[in-house]
Amino acid sequence: MIELWRGLQPRARALIVGFFVLLLAAPLVADRYVLSVLTLILYFAFVGQAWNLMMGYAGQLSLGHALYVGLGAYVAALLWVRFGVGPWLGVFAAIAVAMAFGAVVGWLGFRFGVEGVYFALLTIAAAEFTRIAFDNMSFTGGSGGLFMPYEPGRLGQWWNLRGGQLLFYYVALALAAGGVVLAARLSRSRLGYQWLAVREDETAARSLGIDAFRAKMTAVLVSSGMTAVGGVFYAFYYNNLFPGQVFDIQRSIELILGPIVGGLGTVFGPVVGAFVLTPLGEGLIALTARLGIDAPGAKAVFYGLTLIAIIYLRPNGIWPWLARILGLEERTP
Amino acid sequence: MSASAAPLLAVERVSKRFRGLLAVDGVSFAVAPGDILAVIGPNGAGKTTLFNMIAGVLAPDEGSIAFAGERIAGLAPDAICRRGIGRTFQIVRPFPALSVADNVVVGALLRNPGVASARRHSLAVLERLDLIDKRAQPASTLTLPDRKRLEVARALATEPKLLLLDEVMAGLRPTETDRMVAILGRLNRESGLTIVLIEHVMRAVMALARRVLVLHHGAAIAEGPPAAIVREPAVIESYLGEEALA
Repeated sequence: MIELWRGLQPRARALIVGFFVLLLAAPLVADRYVLSVLTLILYFAFVGQAWNLMMGYAGQLSLGHALYVGLGAYVAALLWVRFGVGPWLGVFAAIAVAMAFGAVVGWLGFRFGVEGVYFALLTIAAAEFTRIAFDNMSFTGGSGGLFMPYEPGRLGQWWNLRGGQLLFYYVALALAAGGVVLAARLSRSRLGYQWLAVREDETAARSLGIDAFRAKMTAVLVSSGMTAVGGVFYAFYYNNLFPGQVFDIQRSIELILGPIVGGLGTVFGPVVGAFVLTPLGEGLIALTARLGIDAPGAKAVFYGLTLIAIIYLRPNGIWPWLARILGLEERTP
Repeated sequence: MSASAAPLLAVERVSKRFRGLLAVDGVSFAVAPGDILAVIGPNGAGKTTLFNMIAGVLAPDEGSIAFAGERIAGLAPDAICRRGIGRTFQIVRPFPALSVADNVVVGALLRNPGVASARRHSLAVLERLDLIDKRAQPASTLTLPDRKRLEVARALATEPKLLLLDEVMAGLRPTETDRMVAILGRLNRESGLTIVLIEHVMRAVMALARRVLVLHHGAAIAEGPPAAIVREPAVIESYLGEEALA
C-alpha cells in the first residue's frame, strides 16, 4: 500500500489528496440535489470499477452485471425486512450469494470455452433468468417489488444504513475510494498481471504458466462480490426493489458506460467516466426541460450522440488522455 | 547421445493424427541436460505438432513424453510450464498493450511471486536479450527481430530447464540471426539451459545445435551431429536438396 503510494509522482499524490479532500468537504457547499448527483456519481464509480476489474483487466465481457447488483440488493434487503439482519452483516451474505452466481456463470463460460460475445450473451441470460425467477417468487415480493418499511425510529442508525442524503453520500464516497484502492492494489499484484496476460493473449499466458481458468474465475468472483456491495447500497438508498428494474439489461449497460468512456483497464477510468456521464445525463434532463423539448427519448438521443462523440474522439477513454495532459503518465522503472 | 546422464526430455513413439493425416508418426528422441537439439524438416513435417505435444497444447494419440522422469503427455500448457518447460511461438504472441518490461514480468512472476522481485528478474533477462533500452515501449511497437527476442525473454523469465524455440530465426537478417545464436549459445554455456529448437535457418542450426533430428512426413528419418546430418542422402533428398545444390 505504502509502496504503491510512494510509486506515484508527487503531482499525482497532490491531485489525489486534493480531489479527495474536495469530495470530503463537498457537503459543506452542495445542496441536496447536487449531493444526490454526487452520490450517484460515486456509486457508478464504484460499480464501474468492479466491472472494470473483470473486463478492463481480465478481458472478460459481462453485459449482465445487473445480476450482481440485484442479488446484492435483494439479499441484504430481504435479510433486513424479513429477519431484521442489518446491512452491515447482510453485506457479507450479499457478497457470498453474488459470488456463488458469478462462480456458476464463470464456470459455465470458462469451462466450456464460451468466449467473447458468446460469454457476454451468457451473462445477459443469467441476469434475465434471475429477473424472471424474482418476478415469480412471492417470498421476494415478486414483480410487485420489495419495500423497506419507513421506520423513523431507526433514522440515524448509520450502521444499518438508515439515514439521510449525507449518510449515503459518505458511504458512496467510502465505496468509491475503497474501489480505487482495491483496483490500484490488484492492478500492481501478481493476479493483476495474470489478468492482463489473459486479456492480451490467453494462449501465450498459459504458456507462461498461468492457469487461465483460475485467473478468469478469480476476476469474476472479485467483480461479482464487489458489485454486490454496490447492490446493498442501492437497496438501502432507494428503499424499494423491482426485479424488472434492478435486473434489467439497461442497468447493466449504464454500469459499464463509465469505465468504457473513462478508460478500460485503468484505475481512474471508471471514476472519470462516472464524473463525466452522470452529470451529463442529469444536465441533459435539465436542458431538454428548459428548451421545452418534451419529446420522449430526447434525452436519450442527446446522450447517445455525446457518447458517440466521446468514443470517437477518445477511443481509449478520457483518463489516458487526461493523464497525459496532467503529466501523470506512468514511467516504467 | 550421452548414455550416462538420464535424459531431461524423453519422447517415445509419439504419434498424432488429425483426421486422416498422420502428422507425427511414432517419433522417438531424447535430450540430455545441457544439450541443444535442432528439429529440422520441410514444411508440414510435423515439427510444430511435435512441439505442441511437448508443450501441452495437444495430447499425443500414442506414445509417451517424459520430462525429468515425469510423464507429462496430456498435461495442460500452464502445468507443463510450471514443471520447467518454456516455449516460444512460431507466430510471435507478445502481449501487445503491455510494455516490453511487463511482458517479461508476467513470465518472471511464475517463480518470483512478488512483483518487485519479478521486475528485478525481468530486467536482468531483458539485459541478456539486448532489450533493456526498449523496456518502456509497448510490445506492439517492436520490430519483428525485437519481438522474436521478447518471445525468448518472456519464456526465459519463467526460468525453464528446457526451452522450446519454434523458428525464432525466421524472418531475421543474417546479422540478427548471428546475434540470436550468440545469445542462445551463451545461455546454454553459462546456465546449462537445455534447448530444443525448430529451425529452417541452417546457418543457425549448424552454429548452435549439437544434434539434429530430421522429420519428414511426420517420421524421424535421421538423427545425429549436424555435420553428419547434412551429408545424409535421405536428408538432402527430402529437405536440404535445393539448398545443397545452390
